[in-house]
Amino acid sequence: TSTLELKEDKMLKVQFVGDDDVLNHILDREGGPKIKKERAQLLVNTQKIIKKPENELQEDDQEVLKDQNYVEVLGQDVQESLKNGSAADGGNKVYPFQNRKHPEKMAKLASELAKTPRKTVSLNMKNVPEITVDIPQCSKGHSASDKSQLKNNDKSEFLSTAPRGLRKRLIVPRSHSDSESEYSASNSEDDEGITQEYEEDTNEDILSQKIQAQNRVVSAPVCRETPSKKMKREKTSHLVEEYFEAHSSSKVLTSDRTLQKLKRAKLDQQTLHNLLSKVSPSFSAELKQLNQQHEQLFHKWMLQLHLGFNIVLYGLGSKRDLLERFRTTMLQNCIHIVINGFFPGISVKSILNSVTEEVLDHMGTFRSVLDQLEWITNKFKEDSSLELFLLIHNLDSQMLRGDKTQQIIGQLSSLRNIYLIASIDHLNAPLMWDHAKQSLYNWLWYETTTYSHYTEETSYENSLLVKQSGSLPLSSLIHVLRSLTPNARGIFRLLIKYQLDNQDNPSYTGLCFQDFYQQCREAFLVNSDLTLRAQLTEFRDHKLIRTKKGTDGVEYLLIPVDNGILTDFLEKEEEEL
Amino acid sequence: MATSSVSKGCFVFKPNFKKRKISVPIEEYFNQGKNASEDSKLRFETYQLIWQQMKSETERLQEELNKNLLDSLIEFLQTSHSGLWKNSKDWSCQIKLREIPTAALVLGVNVTDHDLTLRSLTEVLQNNVTPYVVSLQAKDCPDMKHFLQKLTSQLMGCKVDVQSKEKESVQVIQKNVHYSMDSLSAWYMSVTQKRDLKMPRRKRTSSQWQSPPVVLILKDMESFTTKVLQDFIIISSQHLHEFPLILIFGIATSPVVIHRLLPHAVSSLLCIELFQSLPCKEHLTTVLDKLLLTTQFPFKLSEKVLQILTNIFLYHDFSIQNFIKGLQLALLEHFYSQPLSVLCCNLPEAKRRIHFLSANQCENIRRLPSFRRYVEKQSSEKQVALLTSDKSLKEETQSLLENLHVYHTNYFLVLRCVHQFTSSLPKYPLGRQIRELYCMCLEKNIWDSEEYASVLQLLRLLAKDELMAMLQNCFKVFQSSSAKELGNTAKKIEEFLAQFQSLDETKEEEDTSQSQSKGLKKMDLYHLQKSLLEMKELRSTSKRQTKFEVIREQVVSFVDSLVREYLLPPDSQPLHETLYFSSAHTLRQHLNAAPRIALHTALNNPYHYLKNEALRSEEGCIPNVAPDICIAYKLHLECSRLINLVDWSEVYTLKGAIKPAKSGAE
Repeated sequence: TSTLELKEDKMLKVQFVGDDDVLNHILDREGGPKIKKERAQLLVNTQKIIKKPENELQEDDQEVLKDQNYVEVLGQDVQESLKNGSAADGGNKVYPFQNRKHPEKMAKLASELAKTPRKTVSLNMKNVPEITVDIPQCSKGHSASDKSQLKNNDKSEFLSTAPRGLRKRLIVPRSHSDSESEYSASNSEDDEGITQEYEEDTNEDILSQKIQAQNRVVSAPVCRETPSKKMKREKTSHLVEEYFEAHSSSKVLTSDRTLQKLKRAKLDQQTLHNLLSKVSPSFSAELKQLNQQHEQLFHKWMLQLHLGFNIVLYGLGSKRDLLERFRTTMLQNCIHIVINGFFPGISVKSILNSVTEEVLDHMGTFRSVLDQLEWITNKFKEDSSLELFLLIHNLDSQMLRGDKTQQIIGQLSSLRNIYLIASIDHLNAPLMWDHAKQSLYNWLWYETTTYSHYTEETSYENSLLVKQSGSLPLSSLIHVLRSLTPNARGIFRLLIKYQLDNQDNPSYTGLCFQDFYQQCREAFLVNSDLTLRAQLTEFRDHKLIRTKKGTDGVEYLLIPVDNGILTDFLEKEEEEL
Repeated sequence: MATSSVSKGCFVFKPNFKKRKISVPIEEYFNQGKNASEDSKLRFETYQLIWQQMKSETERLQEELNKNLLDSLIEFLQTSHSGLWKNSKDWSCQIKLREIPTAALVLGVNVTDHDLTLRSLTEVLQNNVTPYVVSLQAKDCPDMKHFLQKLTSQLMGCKVDVQSKEKESVQVIQKNVHYSMDSLSAWYMSVTQKRDLKMPRRKRTSSQWQSPPVVLILKDMESFTTKVLQDFIIISSQHLHEFPLILIFGIATSPVVIHRLLPHAVSSLLCIELFQSLPCKEHLTTVLDKLLLTTQFPFKLSEKVLQILTNIFLYHDFSIQNFIKGLQLALLEHFYSQPLSVLCCNLPEAKRRIHFLSANQCENIRRLPSFRRYVEKQSSEKQVALLTSDKSLKEETQSLLENLHVYHTNYFLVLRCVHQFTSSLPKYPLGRQIRELYCMCLEKNIWDSEEYASVLQLLRLLAKDELMAMLQNCFKVFQSSSAKELGNTAKKIEEFLAQFQSLDETKEEEDTSQSQSKGLKKMDLYHLQKSLLEMKELRSTSKRQTKFEVIREQVVSFVDSLVREYLLPPDSQPLHETLYFSSAHTLRQHLNAAPRIALHTALNNPYHYLKNEALRSEEGCIPNVAPDICIAYKLHLECSRLINLVDWSEVYTLKGAIKPAKSGAE
């Protein structure tokens, strides 16, 4: 093919297109698909030349397809081998490099989507079919843009999703974009095909063209190699690049839209809860079936627990309900302990305490956790009629994942008459256990994907969209200040203003007391140090301010209220005045 | 009672009627799990019986394999100890007096199995050498204080002889805050003296143990902190004359680690002797040999299952214990899921059980694919009889089971015999270990494989002495068994051997005649090449085989015929389902799970779990009706490490989801 390559090079050199043409060409392209036919006539002479590359291009395509087949076969192989385990995609899907991500992409996408005729989305199920019209478009555009960045990383996926024309276009510039003109020519030819396919879909076209432009920049330096070689090189270089891009610590541009700017009143916990409970879960029939499958295993679990195994459940979705059902159906006549690993205050000490105090009715104290463990171990070894079931929700929780804790729970579970059934959710939870611990636990793994919500598990966390009850809301701020004297209000307003002036200063620690006193004096709000202090005590009692001693021993004053609320408050105050 | 609260994370439930019925018998669970199952009680009993047998067998094996190691260790301890107390004026003994006798025990990386070995070691030591055996783990001894504390408390706890003493010592522990080597040696003196006073008779009988040594086992030498080890060794070497200490290091990696942990000044205080435990791979081979490649246990594994178990062993942990666990699970699954596993017991018992099979079970037999294949081959009258009459079915089943057992006896004999031939071939086309050969034979007709062809090829190239050695080994294999079926096979091997021997005499004559013609005269290079070429042609054209080659050919074809006759894959045998556990999938799921893949699949391909046509989609895209979490995940994947929650939820809303508030909760 090297001779062919040479010929092609020669032919490419012969071909010449004027700068103006190129310019026209590009402008045309921006203009849209209308003038395409005309231009095709204009560039008739180039067609001939491009034919050969076209052939080669197809070859190239085929090669890619072969690649794809290979990948497919591999994937099947993986799947075959995984059939024994849980069937799933190949490892390449599970462990890819992080692809390069545009931080602003999400924002861009959001705004782009916002431009398209917007369907009002209310809390109503009826709207769904309407919206579906919108979806294929945006998702396609999105995936295409995403894939083109991935390019070689995930070829099979790319080929399967990207439209044919787009694929061609993407390959063309890479295989022989010697000169700009040639490149655009090939493009125009391709465009014809595309326009037929995507006449209606201009929005997407623009998007992909943008990406093309990006590609051009990237692929310009590497062009005079045989395509296959280049592909290989690009493949490896891409992997490397992707790796460093994913791990580079370059400054990340973030979108500056915040939840505050979202003109939506924050909900309190109760309303959110109510809203969520109104939504009926989709696929309830399938979910029920899934749950029934799991429930059929209850007897088997009991059997295996009794035979010395311990059981660990994994899979997407909360497994709490499942374990609760297991508890209520199977364990009614047995002593058992339910341990909420997700409870923020849980510790191995409290687990052991509940074993010694409540199960074994022991009223003594222990010098250390290890002593306690030893005592429990002896107790259970002595009395073989004693049986205890431990149900641990989220064995991998923040509080329980420590090495020591795991060791102790493992030792407990290795006792013959203590049965442990636990659930894990974290992706890397199995890394908690080394071989020694695994042999202590003697796990049998069960996959129980439930898709149910982690409602209980996350109930100890705060949602950003829920009003925090701990902080002072606007209404109470106003309420408190109403009850104060005008002078006190003035003092407070001074502090607010100072704080708002400094809101962009990250090292702002508060207003120094002396300065504050000075300012207040100048505003004729106080006449002595003492009166200001008296006012401040009042504020402090209402939790309106916080004082902090700085490193130099000076007192600093700070309002522990969100700046947004303060701004609102000032606005309201001004209105009233 | 609720199991969620804002103030507490543990909830204890105790049934009110305490100990009304301690527990439902385990059989119940075995039974109820499958409502329509048959003979579940009997099956469970059989399971327990076989499992107990297997377990005790493995324990016996373990002991046997460790025996050598333990024996040599004990011998070392005894000699080193007696040397300590000879009190001779010999210079070398004086030197030795300052060195702590140390045994470095290289146990291998399968940390999980160490406990078992060390436990049996402790037991043996306590019985034979000294009552004072202490084992410490690195995690108990972060510093010197804890080290000594643990040592002291364990030492005082392991006093066996004197009952009253024990209580005293417990009190001593609680009072004594300062643990030191001095107090330890003082304690040791008092104990040994008391012992001497109390039991003068015993002293006489075992005079060399008048002051038993203290053996300290450091289970995981590598994880101890260097400082603790060094300090302890230095201090205890000072006290060696009054506190006879012997160290045993448990080492997982290599003995070099001692020198890495201890500087020369410290390690010179030790008198180290190295002991190597058996490699775990050999251990596995023995376990397989005794548990699976035998007719002693009726339960068998299919190729896939065996492959999975050995793979977990070889690629994950090297742990025999885990292997046994897998075996146990396979056994349990087999009896739990296969109603006909009731016939998985020894032959006379199985025959008895066939009589009592219910009509349902007979139906089950008829439904077995292997049995149906068998029936199809029978004559039409017999087919009718088998399919309609339970009685004839039972009779037939009996004879089939008997055949199956005979098949197994022959199978393993021939397997071992073939293994003798294949295990020493270059490049090991059929594997070096017998388990590899076994796997291949289980999988398919082995004679169809390329590897087998190359084995035959290689066998045809063997020299006489190699071949004879192999034949002799085979002969031994056959002799060791009592199977009558293969009696004439042994005889045939004997014949071959005799033929080879007789060859020796005739061969010599031939040799002399040939060597004469071979003598080449001096000539130039051209002529030499030419004559060599001629000779080569001569050899290739004259296909005349020597006598040896004829016999070798016979041997090869004999082996081939053995393989073809006896090493049929088990799925060719009717009723093999009763004995073979083949559900590799469940085994893998429970032993070697992949939670990561499960999560990934659930998020990316919800259709895999929720069989709803609306969720069926092309790879890589998610239908907009998918569960919210899948959509949120997909969106999350598409943006960078820093996610703007507003943008995220906005896109989410536009993608057709209903609850913008939800994504915040995730």
